[in-house]
Amino acid sequence: MGKVEALRLNAITKRFGGLTANDAVSFGVDQGEVVALLGENGAGKTTLMNILFGQYTADSGTVEVFGQALPPGNSRAALDAGVGMVHQHFTLADNLTVQENITLGAEPLFSPRLNRAGARARIAALSEKFHLAVSPDARVGNLSVGERQRVEILKALYRDVRILILDEPTAVLTPQETDALFATLRQATANGLSIIFISHKLHEVMAIADRVVVLRHGKLVGGARTEDTDTQALAAMMMGLEATPPNVAPANPGAALLELEDVSTPDIGSAPGLKSVSLALRAGQIIGLAGVSGNGQAAMADVLGGLRSPATGRIVLGGEVVQRWTPRDAVQSGIARIPEDRHKTGTIADFDLTENAILERYKGVPFSKGGWLNWRKSRGFAEEIIRKYDVRCPGADTPIRLLSGGNMQKLILGRVLEADPQVILANQPVRGLDLGAVNYVHGQLLEARGHGAAVLLISEDLDEIMALSDVIHVIAEGRLSPGFVRGEKTPAELGLWMAGQGFDARIPHAS
Amino acid sequence: MRLEPVQNPSLARKVLPPAIALAFTVLIASLLAMIAGANPFSVLGLIIKGAFGSKFAMLETLNRATPLIFTGLAVAVAFRARFWNIGAEAQLYAGALMTVLLGTGFLPWPSLALLPAIAFISILAGAALLLIPALLKTRFGVDEVVTTLLFNFIFLLFISMLLEGPLKDPMSMGWPKSARLLPEARLPRIVEGLRLHWGFALAILSALCIWIIQTRSTLGYEMRAVGLNKEAAAFAGIPVNLVLIKTALLSGGLAALAGFSEVAGLKGSLTLDLSPGFGYTGIIVAMLALLNPLGVVLAALFVAGIFVGADSMSRAADVPTYLADIMLATALLLMVLAIMLTRFRVVRD
Amino acid sequence: MEIVDILLSASFWAAAIRIASPLIFATLGELICERAGVLNLGIEGIMVAGAFAGWMAVYSGTGLWVGVGVAMLVGMLFGLLHSFLTVPFGLSQHVVGLGVTLLATSSTYYAYRLALPEVTSPPKIEAFQPYEIPFLSDIPLFGPALFAQTPFTYLAFVLVFVVALILYRTPLGLAVRAAGENPAAVAAQGLSVTAIRMGAVIVGSGFMAMGGAFLTMSAFDSFFFEMVNGRGWICIALVVFGSWRPGKALLGAILFAAFDALQIRVQQTGFGAEIPYQIFLMMPYILSIVALVVMSRRAEVPAALMVPFNKGER
Repeated sequence: MGKVEALRLNAITKRFGGLTANDAVSFGVDQGEVVALLGENGAGKTTLMNILFGQYTADSGTVEVFGQALPPGNSRAALDAGVGMVHQHFTLADNLTVQENITLGAEPLFSPRLNRAGARARIAALSEKFHLAVSPDARVGNLSVGERQRVEILKALYRDVRILILDEPTAVLTPQETDALFATLRQATANGLSIIFISHKLHEVMAIADRVVVLRHGKLVGGARTEDTDTQALAAMMMGLEATPPNVAPANPGAALLELEDVSTPDIGSAPGLKSVSLALRAGQIIGLAGVSGNGQAAMADVLGGLRSPATGRIVLGGEVVQRWTPRDAVQSGIARIPEDRHKTGTIADFDLTENAILERYKGVPFSKGGWLNWRKSRGFAEEIIRKYDVRCPGADTPIRLLSGGNMQKLILGRVLEADPQVILANQPVRGLDLGAVNYVHGQLLEARGHGAAVLLISEDLDEIMALSDVIHVIAEGRLSPGFVRGEKTPAELGLWMAGQGFDARIPHAS
Repeated sequence: MRLEPVQNPSLARKVLPPAIALAFTVLIASLLAMIAGANPFSVLGLIIKGAFGSKFAMLETLNRATPLIFTGLAVAVAFRARFWNIGAEAQLYAGALMTVLLGTGFLPWPSLALLPAIAFISILAGAALLLIPALLKTRFGVDEVVTTLLFNFIFLLFISMLLEGPLKDPMSMGWPKSARLLPEARLPRIVEGLRLHWGFALAILSALCIWIIQTRSTLGYEMRAVGLNKEAAAFAGIPVNLVLIKTALLSGGLAALAGFSEVAGLKGSLTLDLSPGFGYTGIIVAMLALLNPLGVVLAALFVAGIFVGADSMSRAADVPTYLADIMLATALLLMVLAIMLTRFRVVRD
Repeated sequence: MEIVDILLSASFWAAAIRIASPLIFATLGELICERAGVLNLGIEGIMVAGAFAGWMAVYSGTGLWVGVGVAMLVGMLFGLLHSFLTVPFGLSQHVVGLGVTLLATSSTYYAYRLALPEVTSPPKIEAFQPYEIPFLSDIPLFGPALFAQTPFTYLAFVLVFVVALILYRTPLGLAVRAAGENPAAVAAQGLSVTAIRMGAVIVGSGFMAMGGAFLTMSAFDSFFFEMVNGRGWICIALVVFGSWRPGKALLGAILFAAFDALQIRVQQTGFGAEIPYQIFLMMPYILSIVALVVMSRRAEVPAALMVPFNKGER
């Protein structure tokens, strides 16, 4: 095997407005081969795969599957040709069952009835063969993230795909779940399936792929067989320079500014709440919160940000127990909150920069008085942020939806940092930003630490956590690990904690 | 096909779609007039003449616009915060009811004290009526569209019950009609001899106030933030539910003023046909005004003009007056489409 | 005691089923729309249009079933308009729905005035007559209530069964439900969310119009202004009450209609005469609101209801 070419992309180019997302990208995948598509966030990987899968139409270039050209912009044709895709954000309907999700669209729309018994048997057979255990009658909404991914993969296998695209499949998995996924994938390639594995995690790419192609700024910048390369060479290709972790001076921690004492919150659906969490954020220190997505980070961010109050336990702020706890209380107590989703929660898209700049502090001097807004001062504030934080925009009256993600994030940074916060809650602050913006945001966090702020950095990117944090806690299923000082644990050891190992079973947290 | 936002819309893109929408509305009205066997040009001419062709017609249009400004403002305020108040009709009657209750002898005050008192109590009544759906929404998550719609039916039956019971005017010879207001409780005319009452001035003043509130006050800012992105507003610390309730109170109060103004300014008593659907028409007014309070005044004049013009046209030509409603419904649907097309481009793929 | 007598009489239950029939059609229609993710507030106006179209067709000489077909077609036309604006263009379902209701109502009244300019009281047609199903109609209490109705009512019950079957037992129904839960899942299978949603709204609107036609062609035999009188809005409440399931919605409609039939009868008792009739007329609306509040905690709303889907969005 390995000689038949399953897939070929010919000079794919795609532009969004002025941005060239893909620039004449060409590569091929052989049958039974795993090709990793490597690149930073925003390098154009997802766009390329959406073109391959017919969800976008390329401006130029063609896609061939087993020598047959695919009609552009037609997902149906891609599916019929045997291309399947597991999206980073799963395309599953929560209120439907596993079986319903798998069989959706698999039979002709107007056939008189669903062949439910047949489907059931087939799903059972596939689960067995590829070690993908799922219960066909479970509601998808009740499944864990790992289980949902299994449903997505089954969905593809159910359709007899010959080429499977996996978009960042490990972002939501623990290291151990990742190993299980890799076992499944090896089983699949042994059966002649070709796989495109999209990732920016180098060690995983080395572990699973036969070959790597690297995308940077929409261009194909290189490729190699994994046996002929190493992670450092790949990183150099991906970033365009030798990767240099930020040079972080040792911290000088001071008093605890914000403490959680034995805090618990209820689970919300499949999202775990906090389980007796105690944590102290100290002046002049960055605490990193590592963990697989969906393990209680949201609950932690909500509690610290004032959106949720503890069901049990207390929040202690500057030595005093907090009574009333709303987002406004949090802001007024000097907590700077950088939200996880800057588009949905951080900003109001149709508001201009001025209106977004005062969003947390419009109530009260200097931005309003007696219920009347002072637009002059508000605008001045926005213009100061634009200047100091180098927000690239036509002006303070531009709707913020017209700004790039990086500039949007700079406005949010300015909004919260200009208030001279004591505590900074940074939830995924660099997700989706380009390298320049990433460095800028990290620099600002380090600078705030230097000024004596207590920082909590929540991230799913272990590299980011390890580079910036003075102390690392791992969160798994809402439980918090003890704090590990910089360099105390290797990534592999932290991975075990992320998988839920090491937590004391009886006392659900360690301090 | 799919939609792509336009970054910097050209002037043509901003102006053309709404213009085409209006042209289409006129075209459809003409076709319908032809179906009715009339000459479309004369029908349109009669509508315009009937609405704006004489001093009498103008005054009639202004009078008809007055309640529409109030209900239009009520809807514009609510929709701005994405609170779907479809119950302006009921709130209008709540205001009218208070006007009749207080203005037929209950408060023996002079005009200058009585009228503000009645207006104030009317506002409270309208606000209170909308408070119920608002609380059902914020407490239980019950969709306010359906509850406010259903409240219209309930409240009109309630009014009907009162008009056939305790509020019935003994002199009305069996008609369900309230007693007439005392002269002190009537809104005087702005200019003696011209059939236009102070309710119109109050409507314009309200529009100005709402405009100032929306653009200058923290409440207006909060209402816009909640309407545009509830999640971000809540994250930033805006008390979303409280803002929705304040919005509802303001909206209900404005709609109630329409009832106050109609009874105290025009009709002098309460009957079941006080409003020919002003509450519902307020939605059209607000949408045509793009929810802008000052635009509401213009849109109300336009809508009132079509109604008044169509009434007079219907008497002259043999075309049913429902033509006006069709024109407005068409204008509404085409306008929301047109506004969208000023901001998005349709891309084929 | 009187109330117990009423509840045990077959004529009461027959009336309840009759009152429920138009609600069943329209509720099913709304349910289909909402299951696909589209709230259709055009329902009230579409019922008016259907009531007029069906009746007018029969009045102009077509057969009764052709009249039903005409009503359905007119409803589908308005459904096409609604879905064209709300699905590919993603316009506000609230505004468009109310606009469609206004347009359908006013154009119906316009057409009525044009078609019958002279008449002061609307003419009557030969409406659907009750058909007693042999044997079944002889069952005590249930027989006369359920099996001595007009064929139009039987159609309502058959339709509930058919819609449930399609929704839960066919690939098409699965796709419709998925479109209302997560349209991206549908698109990922290469299916057109736009086509599925538009189709659902068009078919659903057809059913709504049949509900309206029931009023003029089976419940009564003539067309009046204001005859739908908020029934459409009540059906929207019934969809919530029925948790978006055809069977439960049917039960809700019958329960609701039974209550309505009960209040009519209580009005005629000695005790009822003491109470203003408006109180009784309010009951259906109050009941709808109560139903909404009660169900608000438990209802499983389609997750993508009122969420437009734009394929290119990232």
